[in-house]
Amino acid sequence: MSIVSMTAVELAAAIKKHEVTVKEAVEAVLDNIEKKEDTYHCYVTVDREGALKQAEEIQKKIDDGTLNGPLAGVPVAIKDNMCTEGLLTTCSSKILYNFVPTFTSEAVLNLQKAGAVILGKTNMDEFAMGSTTETSAYGVTRNPWNPEHVPGGSSGGSAAAVAAEECFYALGSDTGGSIRQPASFCGVVGLKPTYGTVSRYGLIAYGSSLDQIGPLCKDVTDCATILETIASHDSKDSTSVERQDTDFTSALVEDVKGMKIGIPRDYFGEGLNPEVKEAVLKAAEVLKEKGAIVEEFDLSLVEYAIPTYYTIAAAEASSNLERFDGIKYGYRTEEYQGLHNMYKKSRSEGFGAEVKRRIMLGSFVLSSGYYDAYYLKALRVKALIKKAFDEAFAKYDVILGPVAPTTAPKIGESLSDPIQMYLGDIYTISINLAGLPGLSIPCGTDSKGLPIGMQLIGDCFKEKNLIRAAYTYEKARGAFVRKEEN
Amino acid sequence: MANIISDETIDYVGILAKLELSEEEKEQAKKDMGSMLDYIDKLSELDTEGVEPMSHVFHVSNVFREDVVTNGDDREAILKNAPEEKDGMFVVPRTFE
Repeated sequence: MSIVSMTAVELAAAIKKHEVTVKEAVEAVLDNIEKKEDTYHCYVTVDREGALKQAEEIQKKIDDGTLNGPLAGVPVAIKDNMCTEGLLTTCSSKILYNFVPTFTSEAVLNLQKAGAVILGKTNMDEFAMGSTTETSAYGVTRNPWNPEHVPGGSSGGSAAAVAAEECFYALGSDTGGSIRQPASFCGVVGLKPTYGTVSRYGLIAYGSSLDQIGPLCKDVTDCATILETIASHDSKDSTSVERQDTDFTSALVEDVKGMKIGIPRDYFGEGLNPEVKEAVLKAAEVLKEKGAIVEEFDLSLVEYAIPTYYTIAAAEASSNLERFDGIKYGYRTEEYQGLHNMYKKSRSEGFGAEVKRRIMLGSFVLSSGYYDAYYLKALRVKALIKKAFDEAFAKYDVILGPVAPTTAPKIGESLSDPIQMYLGDIYTISINLAGLPGLSIPCGTDSKGLPIGMQLIGDCFKEKNLIRAAYTYEKARGAFVRKEEN
Repeated sequence: MANIISDETIDYVGILAKLELSEEEKEQAKKDMGSMLDYIDKLSELDTEGVEPMSHVFHVSNVFREDVVTNGDDREAILKNAPEEKDGMFVVPRTFE
């Protein structure tokens, strides 16, 4: 097996056994990046020198026994909305074109403590607003399964980098599906943890009540291992939850006997591509054969999730993005008259169209006279959506459905109609509203050869159910390998 | 379209959002916001009488910690990111005449 085809856990084990050095692993993946970046453009920044330097330091710590964890020495890619000290962090926006953070986000710090080598920063939709990675100010990322198609988004660069073997695993962030949907489109595993499980300190905020950091990786074992490493209680994030049950790898068990799995009928209706439907139901059948109790049920309120989400996310975005003012960091316009004109011009020139659209909508729904009708109404519906999930999880351990209604669309087909694009988030978005964990795992390909993802949703703090079900399915499914295009 | 966004509304939202839109962008914004609001109006189908707005999925109360400085002096590194800097301070346009 070539070095770059190894999973993160396999590579760390090989490094521990002195079969591979950290430097060899870093060089192998940097070579692959050099070969493939022209085609896929997964990264905004590749830190070649920094990675080689880290490799040396980490190797020493592995050799002297200071580092002996399951990810020690493994190169990782970080979505470009997580601050990394001394390394350019752009959020794929022009407004942060030159921003070099003075600190590192907590999730990345946790990886570094575990011996990760940071390769660079991955491309994304600008400020994580989008589902295709086409709204990046630094060019589109292409899907490694077919470069004419998008990788999904907003963590499209992270998902594509894992699929193209331009890293061993990556971090992404998920506000309405931004880890799970690109994982599905690129045929990799992705997990959005329960809200509060991974610290948001140093994650450049989009919708703070919805944002969570999580892994994008090659298999379920990596997924559990990475989550175990990045999950931590952090006093610097006041919404961080103190959990005692973060030994996620203990759930890597091939057994779903008696597990109750609910399939929401509302997730399989109009708008779902028949090939996606068939693949996901086939995967459910596999879990049934392995002993799970699978039944259909009505979740309800599904069609209200998208309008609720876009109201809340836009409101929070309009507030969060006020900090970009052209004074403390980032882009400042060339010519201006006075302070307010400088703010307005810097922001208007620095933000892209989708970001401006959401800031405008958010400012409107929070404005006096509309706040109750739109923003508070959405928060009330959010409470109803949460209640619907609570009722479902009184009956089921896991909810199973598709990640997205279709496989990856072609580049250039999505952005013209925003509402149509937002509809693609229908199965992922309510999970963020309810704070639940959701996992995306490949379960087949369509007739064009593009990957299809299955989504497993758990009750809050029940990631272990998802990991156990996904691990069992993965063992039954066998390897999910991308046919290398030429 | 049920929601017609007026020029006044777009100008007002532009002030709140601190965004300066070109005439062309304004027209597009009127259209986009109108159709988004039409879509969001779907929520009015639901009776939410007596439902408490949920801003956070878990019960959270204020999180306190001791007010102790733990970070070092990063002034130089922080100011390096400033578009304009003078004598260890951010430079802003004159705000008083």
